[in-house]
This record gives sequence, C-alpha cells and structure tokens, in this order.
Amino acid sequence: MIERSHHDMGGLPAGKVERNGIDETHDYSLWERRVDAMAVLLQGIKPGTRRLVTVDERRRAIEMLPPQAYDAMSYYERWVISLAETLIQRGILTSEELARKMVEVEGRARR
Amino acid sequence: MLAAKYKVGEKVKVLKAYPLGHIRTPYYIRGCVGEIERVCGAFANPEELAQMRSGLPPLPLYRVRFRQKDVWPDYSGNGADVVEVEIFEHWLDRV
Repeated sequence: MIERSHHDMGGLPAGKVERNGIDETHDYSLWERRVDAMAVLLQGIKPGTRRLVTVDERRRAIEMLPPQAYDAMSYYERWVISLAETLIQRGILTSEELARKMVEVEGRARR
Repeated sequence: MLAAKYKVGEKVKVLKAYPLGHIRTPYYIRGCVGEIERVCGAFANPEELAQMRSGLPPLPLYRVRFRQKDVWPDYSGNGADVVEVEIFEHWLDRV
C-alpha cells in the first residue's frame, strides 16, 4: 500500500530555504507563459470560454508521475505533461496527433 | 448543495485513511483532531472531478484549525501556534 504519495511532501525535512533577493523576480520564458495561457483557456477560467479540462484532472496527472520524473521536471514541465495527458484522456488530442506534431516541431528545430 | 453538518467551534477528527486517487486532504493532517474555524461554502468533489465526473452535488468545505503541537509530536514553537487546513466534509468525523 502507498500511504504517502510522492507529491504529498508537507512536513518532510527539506533543508534550508534559500531566499531570492528582494528585487529578484521569477523570470518566465515564452514557452512557460504559453503553457500557463493554454491552461487558463482549457480550464475555462476566462469568461466566455468552455471548460475542457479541470484543475483536478491535471493535478491527478501530476501526482501520477513517477517520483524521479516529478523531481527532475520543472514546474511548467509538469504542467505541460498534465495538459497533454488530460487532453488525450478526454479524447481532444490523440497520442498519434501529438506524436506527429512533436516529430514535426523537432524537425523544425534541427533545421 | 448539502447543508453543512458541522458548526464553527465544533471538534472534528480527520479520517486516517490512505485511499488511491486524487486526494486533497494532506497526508500529515490525517488522523488529527481540530476545530471548525469556518464553513467555506460548498464545492464539487475534487476526487470525482479528477476522474472526469461532475463531482456533484457540491460538498461542504471547512477550514479546520489544528494546534501545531497536536500535529507535530516534536513541535518546539509557541504552544498557541496553529495550522489551518481546508478539508471537505466527507474527510471529517465528529469527536
């Protein structure tokens, strides 16, 4: 039996918290902003948009990640994985469509 | 929407259970006794939403206040310190 899921870390020893300087802010890259925007649109948070996925489905997908993958991925990497996983489960995307698009984008980057 | 079963100030015990699925009750608070700080309203059950079901009818959600020294056996801070956790009604039992 799995008593404590890997993501459920509250209360575990974590070492020292490193604080950023007062003027430092998180600097998001363009892809991270896009992932955030996609999540907002798909979750129907913006008025007039339809809810195609729920935050709970996305959380579940993140919680199902193997511990090693969970630790190795950045915040928005986990988000994009959860969006893809949920869209496939919902039948909005197929794995094949995603696979073909990934090959296409990878080819574009190699050129 | 279901009427809230617990009132502000009432003592409740968090279910000490470890089911599968998407659970919003943190591991560290399961089995602890606290008191109702407020009724937050009623919301669709996230455990059901996570499985692509409606989660309806909405379930009452409470903010529950726990004494830190009741949560962490080796807590060395001020005895009056508390931690508040938002917990759905089906995770709570009357003490």
